[in-house]
Amino acid sequence: MSNVIKLRKGLDLPLKGQAEKKVVTEIKPDIVAIKPTDFKGLTPKLTVKEGDSVKAGSPLFADKMHPDILFTSPVSGKVEKVIRGEKRKLLAVTVKADAEQKYENFKAGNPADLSAGQIKSLLLQSGLWASLIQRPYGIVANPDTTPKAVFVSGFNTAPNAADIEFTLGDQLEFIQAGIDAIAKVSGAKVHLSLCGKSFLEGCKNVEIHRFEGKHPAGNVGIQIHHISPIRKGETVWTVSPLMLAAIGKLLLNGKLDLSRLVALTGPDIPQNCYVKGIAGMKVKELGKLLWVWKADTRFVSGDALSGTSIGEDGFLGFRDDQFTFLLEGDYNEMFGWANPIRSKQFSASHAYFSWLCPRKRYKIDTNLHGGVRAFMFNTVYTDVLPMHIFPVHLCKACMAGDIDKMEKYGIYEVLPEDLATCEFVCPSKIEWQDTISKGIDLMLKEMV
Amino acid sequence: MRTKIQIISDTLLGIVDKVKPTFSEGGKLPWLHSTFDAFETFMFVPNTTTKKGSHIRDCVDCKRLLIIVVLALLPAFCFGTWNIGDQHSIAFGLDYGFWQKVGYGLLRIIPLFLVSYIVGLGIEFAGAQIKGEEVSEGYLVTGFLIPLIVPVDVPLWTLAIAVAFAVIIGKEVFGGSGMNIWNPALLARAFLFFSYPTKMSGDAVWTGGVSRYLSEGTCWFQGNGLVDGWSGATPLANATVQGFADQGITAWNLFLGNVGGAVGETSVIAILIGAVILIATGIASWKIMVSSVAGALAIGYIGYFTGVTDLPGWYQLLMGGFAFGTVFMATDPVTSAQTECGKWIYGFLIGALCVTIRLFNPGYPEGMMLAILFMNMFAPLIDHIVIEVSTKRYYKKFA
Repeated sequence: MSNVIKLRKGLDLPLKGQAEKKVVTEIKPDIVAIKPTDFKGLTPKLTVKEGDSVKAGSPLFADKMHPDILFTSPVSGKVEKVIRGEKRKLLAVTVKADAEQKYENFKAGNPADLSAGQIKSLLLQSGLWASLIQRPYGIVANPDTTPKAVFVSGFNTAPNAADIEFTLGDQLEFIQAGIDAIAKVSGAKVHLSLCGKSFLEGCKNVEIHRFEGKHPAGNVGIQIHHISPIRKGETVWTVSPLMLAAIGKLLLNGKLDLSRLVALTGPDIPQNCYVKGIAGMKVKELGKLLWVWKADTRFVSGDALSGTSIGEDGFLGFRDDQFTFLLEGDYNEMFGWANPIRSKQFSASHAYFSWLCPRKRYKIDTNLHGGVRAFMFNTVYTDVLPMHIFPVHLCKACMAGDIDKMEKYGIYEVLPEDLATCEFVCPSKIEWQDTISKGIDLMLKEMV
Repeated sequence: MRTKIQIISDTLLGIVDKVKPTFSEGGKLPWLHSTFDAFETFMFVPNTTTKKGSHIRDCVDCKRLLIIVVLALLPAFCFGTWNIGDQHSIAFGLDYGFWQKVGYGLLRIIPLFLVSYIVGLGIEFAGAQIKGEEVSEGYLVTGFLIPLIVPVDVPLWTLAIAVAFAVIIGKEVFGGSGMNIWNPALLARAFLFFSYPTKMSGDAVWTGGVSRYLSEGTCWFQGNGLVDGWSGATPLANATVQGFADQGITAWNLFLGNVGGAVGETSVIAILIGAVILIATGIASWKIMVSSVAGALAIGYIGYFTGVTDLPGWYQLLMGGFAFGTVFMATDPVTSAQTECGKWIYGFLIGALCVTIRLFNPGYPEGMMLAILFMNMFAPLIDHIVIEVSTKRYYKKFA
């Protein structure tokens, strides 16, 4: 048993609206979308047109650079719409689901009996290859590379994140099959990080690491940094337990099953609970069943720190199992910054007094709480980032587009989500994740 | 039911919205846009929401953190104000009461604040308008620091030039608050010191009214002359055991602060109250303060044991601008070292350098200003070395 890696730094956000551990209903999907924007660096190539019939597991589009990576429909039905944005950029392909689901048949088998090549082609055809993320850069894994290792985070510390124990507790068999398959395909060791007691302890064919700490300790990027940091020229793959279960289901049942329990979180909604849904489900379909929207709600697929704002007509992300509903904070607060005690607002800084009530949970809205400034208080960030990197230097290097400096300060090790806590506490209100993301885009353009 | 605060807030917001068009593009006063914006955001936290990245944000902002620094400066300001009156009353043999001393102090210090803020903020507002940016609140603190670190008798016109120099050359040319290399307040003092040495040093400038009396033969209210045998020298000017004994200064005086010197820097106890506020709120680094004290003690005792000075090392902590500089200037988050290990080095060198200058440079007894400005310049180098070494060491573990 390996030692526990204790991370002292970090920040657990006391956001109200953790989902209660109960499944309220099952959402029968009506319209489902797969969004190329969920996959960083992807240039999609459509393989269907509006009106085509598809089965669950039939391709909708492919990666232009690696045409064998397919992105498939989670449901059977008719391709309803190809949504495009500016410059005809493909934003989403929506599918209207049939009442009776039909599945594409994949040649099933136990991963132990299949060869690495067979598993790889199964994953590529079924669309589950896209669940593998390659670092550095956080792109869809390149099937031609051999990674140094594969990392799986067995716990989640993001604000109000879905409880893996609850959502996947009964799917250990599938997760194990997924681990075996990935170990075979990658030809590398699989590392699994856990916090405290976990049902994943029983997993075989993995090296288990134990972590303790506040958010972002559950981010796989932070764990990699403490297990085996990524240096220049190295690649690693990461995959979530949720997607491992989907891979296991594909291999053991021979069909693509992207259904999952989705946590409905965030302050100010009538019921924080779980529903049974599917990847790409429409957020509006919840509304019919559960409540009437407030007018100024922000719909986020993922968590409040690094999720994607999807709007009222948006869809759940491919790899997400959480919706966060936040109130838009477009109000003026009189002398807010000068108010000695702002008991309703949360601050990690000791300039306010929220640190005196550590158990209190807050209704945090989307107000920026200040104007954008240059970096001034450069020492608040290292307290919330459990990594041996220098976040301000890295962020400034990204702003300047200086690749040498970005390399030196650790751009290979981070994805925007890893620096989300820095963005949250930033008194200068700088857009950290966007800056890092632009830096990574530049690296992708110049280096790959 | 709306509360009273809500009603006031809504009324004010209504007024702001009503006058807003005057100051925006196409209005009558578009050149005052930045200024209007600064006052609006001063009254109301803007209603902007997050657009990219993290959807929720901490409610702390730069305004809040900087106003706490001003709060931490208030004890030093209050004591300094009283001390101006006290020193004046001693020098002229007046029998001022407490409120007379405070009143005299206020009369002398308010003009310094007015000049500092009007000149500094004026340039900041104009700069923001030219660059089309929001006014940064960094000058809120700088403008408060400057009157506290200059002699009370400094002529206002020289102060105005110094402030303009510090804000334009020290800050705006680098891109404004957050981009500067040197602490702007210290830069203003350094400018005064090197450009107008006669108005910044010697015995006359540190006590209110003395320079006017010496040049014009008049002083405040009463026409009494200077007390016989009075010397306006700051303790630093004659920093020996005998020197202190001659002036009747004890270590306790130095700690309390009822001695001559720049307005805010004399009272160690008032500065310590500020230090507690800054450390408790996490705004200033305790590491820099501790290591600076360690550096000063180290060199102070080396000087004591080698016979350079007959004052024990701990005297260095009480004299002159050391305490004020350590707590409020060295810890400036923009210009100090930014790596945790770098802070120890940076602070230590400031303390050490300050006392070195005091002991070995008889021409200029106050070393804190130069020590901090010098280390400001080297802070990026310290950070660079710390980052190189610590990154290499960390990755070596996994090689």
